[in-house]
Amino acid sequence: MALSESKLDPAKAVFDQVVLAGDGFTHVVERGQIFRIVDLEGNQAADTLFYDAHDPSNRYSAVDTVREQGNIYLSTGTKLMSLDGDVLMTIVADTCGRHDTLGGACAAESNQVRYAIEKKYMHACRDTFLLQCACHTPNLSKRDITANVNFFMNVPVTPEGKLTFEDGVSGPGRYVEMRAERDVRVLISNCPQLNNPCNGYNPTPVRVLIWDAE
Amino acid sequence: MNESQLILEEALRGGQMWSRILRRGQTLRLTDVEGGAAVAALFYNAEDPSERYNMPDTLKAQHIARLTKGFVLYSDMGRVLCSITEDSVGWHDTITGHGTAAHGRAKFGEGTYQKLRNDWYRNTRDNFLVELGKYDLGKRDIVANVNFFVKVVANEQGALSFVPGHSRPGGFVELRAEMHTLVVLSNTPHPLDPSTVYEQKPVALTIRGGAPAGANDACRLSRPENARGFTLTESYYAGRAS
Repeated sequence: MALSESKLDPAKAVFDQVVLAGDGFTHVVERGQIFRIVDLEGNQAADTLFYDAHDPSNRYSAVDTVREQGNIYLSTGTKLMSLDGDVLMTIVADTCGRHDTLGGACAAESNQVRYAIEKKYMHACRDTFLLQCACHTPNLSKRDITANVNFFMNVPVTPEGKLTFEDGVSGPGRYVEMRAERDVRVLISNCPQLNNPCNGYNPTPVRVLIWDAE
Repeated sequence: MNESQLILEEALRGGQMWSRILRRGQTLRLTDVEGGAAVAALFYNAEDPSERYNMPDTLKAQHIARLTKGFVLYSDMGRVLCSITEDSVGWHDTITGHGTAAHGRAKFGEGTYQKLRNDWYRNTRDNFLVELGKYDLGKRDIVANVNFFVKVVANEQGALSFVPGHSRPGGFVELRAEMHTLVVLSNTPHPLDPSTVYEQKPVALTIRGGAPAGANDACRLSRPENARGFTLTESYYAGRAS
């Protein structure tokens, strides 16, 4: 895995916010701006969706992204593709090295399937996405919540077609940075999952920063 | 009704789209008559299409990155839309999506209706939009689909490669609806198939009557996650006639 660092100075960011464990976040990143997510304490999964800010039906498509780049893992150079075949974001720096986009987000209902019927009460990413949509983006709803990116998450696929969840390749302070290729709405659920190692069984905050185009 | 009574046989031409609501327990068999077909598929709860096939939930519940007999198709609501009850092919893709008009033009050149009439080069995206439109669904309802008869493997580094010649003549896969399920199909080339000729492959569809998964069903027992998935599906229909 190739790592690549950024030269951008956090002191010069035009936007800087911490998203607490289990919380949501949405914001429009303007074309040309640079968007960074920092895994502050390590081993955290940041479930993230992207939409063309002016046409939300032209949204991030995991399967188009992996097919067009011919690889299932996201890292520096990856173009995050939309349903219409447009590039929403380009990953320009990555000190983690590998991010997942096949594992999707947790939901109360899928937690029941995966862990136990009694797990329904537990906080889950899909609930965070729905609340963000309801409160901040009335033009988005359940049908717009599709397969997301899991930044900092490690979900290896084997040549035999098996899928596994493994300990993160991330660590404290690792980050991923991307350039908006159009005006893009970013929607994040900072994953509250406590049933598997995707957050090291201890969900922690992430930090989001935005820099203007140079 | 006899458990496996024949309800419908239908031939799908190459390029053709199709849809139907399968009632719980009905089976749909897709047969790749000549080999080398690719059928893209989407699945919805017919009573509430906001509930639909969910690729990530299907993969992570079963720890798989492919589909075959014994696995099930999960909705985003933790329920089983369809089970895969038979499969002679061994691998069906669900991680590489489908092609658009732009993919088709780049690979096959122009294949317009004006020039070719009903042999024109239809593409999966447009077929999905048309067929979904018949149920007042649209682009926002297009999610990661299943690609029957298609095999794409990832190596250790995650690099994808399409496996040519994967589906042999007569290869089949059979689904059993565990919910009242709207099935939308498009018999159109997969965008990773390296062939630059727009091949129109016939696919045969057979629908039979039957019952949903029983207590000793192989898909239910294949792993504890699926047992819970069936429990949640049955509780959704609890207290209703069907």
